[in-house]
Amino acid sequence: MNLTLKVWRQNNPKDKGRFEIYKVVANEHMSFLEMLDVLNEQLVSQKKEPVSFEHDCREGICGTCSLVINGRPHGLLQGTTTCQLHMRFFKDGDTIVIEPFRARAFPVIKDLVIDRSALDRVIQAGGYISVNAGNAQDANAIPVNKDIASMAFDSAACIGCGACVAACPNGSAMLFTSAKISHLGLLPQGKVENKSRTLKMVMQMDKEGFGACSNIGACEVECPKGISLTNIARMNRYYFGASLG
Amino acid sequence: MLNGKIPQGPLSNKWTDYRSKMNLVAPNNKRKLEIIVVGTGLAGASAAASLAELGYKVKAFTYHDSPRRAHSIAAQGGINAAKNYANDGDSTYRLFYDTIKGGDYRAREANVYRLAEVSADIIDQAVAQGVPFAREYGGLLDNRSFGGVQVSRTFYARGQTGQQLLIGAYSSLSRQISLGQVEMYNRHEMLELVIVGGKARGIIARNLLTGKLERFAAHAVVLATGGYGNVFYLSTNAMYCNATAAWKAVKKGAFMANPCFVQIHPTCIPVSGDYQSKLTLMSESLRNDGRVWVPKHKEDAQAIREGRKSPLDIPEVDRDYFLERRYPAFGNLVPRDVASRAAKVACDEGNGVSPTGLAVYLDFASAIERYGRSKAISTGLANPDKQTIIRLGEEVVSEKYGNLFEMYEKITGEDPYKVPMKIYPAIHYTMGGLWVDYNLESNIPGLFVLGEANFSDHGANRLGASALMQGLADGYFVITYTIGQFLSNDIRTPKFDTNSPEFEQAEKEVSDRIHRLMSVQGNQSVESFHRRLGRIMWDRVGMSRNEEGLKMAIEEIRKLREEFYRDVFIPGKADEYNYELEKATKVADFLELGELLAVDALHRNESCGGHFREEYQSPEGEALRNDANFAYVAAWEWKENGEHKLHKEELRFENIELKTRSYK
Ligand SMILES: Cc1cc2nc3c(=O)[nH]c(=O)nc-3n(C[C@H](O)[C@H](O)[C@H](O)COP(=O)(O)OP(=O)(O)OC[C@H]3O[C@@H](n4cnc5c(N)ncnc54)[C@H](O)[C@@H]3O)c2cc1C
Ligand code: SF4
Ligand code: FES
Repeated sequence: MNLTLKVWRQNNPKDKGRFEIYKVVANEHMSFLEMLDVLNEQLVSQKKEPVSFEHDCREGICGTCSLVINGRPHGLLQGTTTCQLHMRFFKDGDTIVIEPFRARAFPVIKDLVIDRSALDRVIQAGGYISVNAGNAQDANAIPVNKDIASMAFDSAACIGCGACVAACPNGSAMLFTSAKISHLGLLPQGKVENKSRTLKMVMQMDKEGFGACSNIGACEVECPKGISLTNIARMNRYYFGASLG
Repeated sequence: MLNGKIPQGPLSNKWTDYRSKMNLVAPNNKRKLEIIVVGTGLAGASAAASLAELGYKVKAFTYHDSPRRAHSIAAQGGINAAKNYANDGDSTYRLFYDTIKGGDYRAREANVYRLAEVSADIIDQAVAQGVPFAREYGGLLDNRSFGGVQVSRTFYARGQTGQQLLIGAYSSLSRQISLGQVEMYNRHEMLELVIVGGKARGIIARNLLTGKLERFAAHAVVLATGGYGNVFYLSTNAMYCNATAAWKAVKKGAFMANPCFVQIHPTCIPVSGDYQSKLTLMSESLRNDGRVWVPKHKEDAQAIREGRKSPLDIPEVDRDYFLERRYPAFGNLVPRDVASRAAKVACDEGNGVSPTGLAVYLDFASAIERYGRSKAISTGLANPDKQTIIRLGEEVVSEKYGNLFEMYEKITGEDPYKVPMKIYPAIHYTMGGLWVDYNLESNIPGLFVLGEANFSDHGANRLGASALMQGLADGYFVITYTIGQFLSNDIRTPKFDTNSPEFEQAEKEVSDRIHRLMSVQGNQSVESFHRRLGRIMWDRVGMSRNEEGLKMAIEEIRKLREEFYRDVFIPGKADEYNYELEKATKVADFLELGELLAVDALHRNESCGGHFREEYQSPEGEALRNDANFAYVAAWEWKENGEHKLHKEELRFENIELKTRSYK
């Protein structure tokens, strides 16, 4: 298939950036990132600078890949990261617009590469259970209800990709933060620190320049791991519980 | 002979006795001691967090933008531990025994026993951190059996065990970062080890955002930088996985042990085109229900390859279920190395399917029918028609493997409920790695190596669900003690000055190397060299090896290396974010490591575990191990003139009797 790519190029964080147009020949068995590999091989063979983009596992689990494809974070397919998107969902002759995830808290580093370290700092603020190696009791000492464990897992499935932030007109990180707060808060081991964890993480979120939540729900739609809005509701409950003392 | 520093005494007391007598560092002194941890996957993140919890000052490094991205995140199946929660006869000894036997008797008994001993603590630690392992209705943890062992000792978190364990270790690490105990350096790639007075005392890292070289000093250096599977170009490893950190240690005199022990996983999605740079694993668990076959007749195979026939056109009698035929006792559940080789033989004989001829079928039709029938009976359906049976069967299969089937369909566009999956073996894991003693210390004092980066516990073949166990055992429960043996001699050693001549020199070496690469300005991309190296490795040093091929490989790799430094093209500049340059430094190291891998494979005149030499096989094509001559660890010292020096560590089996593995 013959494709026209409109790709965001930006040399460094200070550069203003612009779109550039490339032609590339792909086939429907390729993944989206393999198609970009083909483009880059082409550019390198012409001694031009390849397009910088990030990826690692290419299996939808590490959260490294990103990209806004035709206006949608991780592309059009629901529940799918960019690395798992395949070219058979495009047609011969298509024009595809490729941009970085855009959000105030995610500055562009180069081309399609962004800085998502703000998410790490939100976790550092309290996204853990305070236990040292060697302190733990026997793993079966605290039974956990199977359904609760399963709900905690659903929240823990977040891959930290930041698509929720990119999808949100306010650049809010509520879905990401609430997923962690729910994962830990649902489990008996994690409940102990619920209040302080929620307060600290929310405070850090604000400090990093993530926007507020106005219940639009775009985050849930674009999240590749199906993290649900109920996490945000739960976080709000913990938060109000905590701030009321 | 190398000395593994294995403590005296009976096997089951070694670790406990050793631990209770080893040198300790007092808390006030720990505060003054600095440790560099390179790598923050399972092994590195757990080590950095635990060492910081003990009070040491830790600096942790990863080339990723966050520790949570490490390759460990991709592990699917599970983690072993000798908890015996299933009450099915598991024990520390049994896990130890299975690991030694599975490793084809090429691992050190004392290390493996310790691993089995601390395995139970890992599960306790992970649960305390909030890792949401699968549970039973009573609220207790669920276990399954994995990789053909006879007990259920594998803990799992859906198909995302690695992710959940890494998130656990990452959260502990994050806590130590917030407490100021760990200084975290993301997007920093270690490019040199600094040795002061014969001991590892620092690293040079490149800041990947600015391209600047930075110097870091500490009292000890821990490498937890993962495996080197990507020397084969195509593997199930994440794209960035590489050997550079380990290789820099080798160039400074560390020994590389058993590099030829590489694991090839039988169930991966086959290569579909030249544009591919990564292969996807399909979990081992699929072999519990899938039957592996190829057409009996070459004409049928050819018709399938040319698209004239579909697998559904091949009647039962014309199919060769080759694992069931060759290994009636274990059938489709033979260990990874055996299953992989059998698939290769079937394809080499011309019976492979898919246009490349390099694929075999993994068929669920029988399982679907079997499950459908029993579901029909259990739901009280009398005389169900075929369609109902299949529908019911598909439901059962979907409950067990739904996410894997979905992933397969996403990638291939084919529905594995209707058409058998196509699979082929791929490079997956490296048992070899930097040589370490019982303390996990390399032959360079002060340099410790953890996780997949070391060679210590899996011998010539690793069992499923044991890599996660080893990485976390090393990080949470072993290094935390053994590093004290080294550091207790350093409590009066002041901080090291990064302006010393040793650091000066090390940095200069890195910048010279980068300069050399950048100034080639040739015509071929880094990727193309990597691809060509991978081809040589896979064809000649892959699933099946022979003397002639290995000698050719060594020649070809040396030539390719020479061509690389003559004709590689790297766009951009050194002092900026430059992914092509990052790739180039990795490929430069792979081009040397590949040679050593072939040299090791050539010297090991036996077939064992993942290492199969065609000259050493039985008339039925089974591997022939040679315990009389090769029951040792081959630790290689790299020599620039190509005459790499072999150091041996004898393996003594005092508690286990060496047996031939047989799955017939
Ligand atoms: C698809 C797949 C599935 C698997 N499933 C299982 C399973 O079910 N059970 C099981 O037990 N095992 C499994 N394994 C194996 C297991 O995942 C790995 O062996 C293990 O996770 C390795 O952990 P590690 O901490 O040693 O290294 P890694 O997780 O690879 O981490 C390496 C770290 O080192 C850093 N690093 C490397 N070099 C440098 C450098 N030069 N400078 C700075 N940082 C550097 C990286 O950034 C990273 O943080 C699987 C492997 C694959 C490929
Ligand atoms: S909540 Fe979803 S979109 Fe947001 S970071 Fe997690 S996985 Fe990505
Ligand atoms: S590259 Fe890992 S999630 Fe896409």
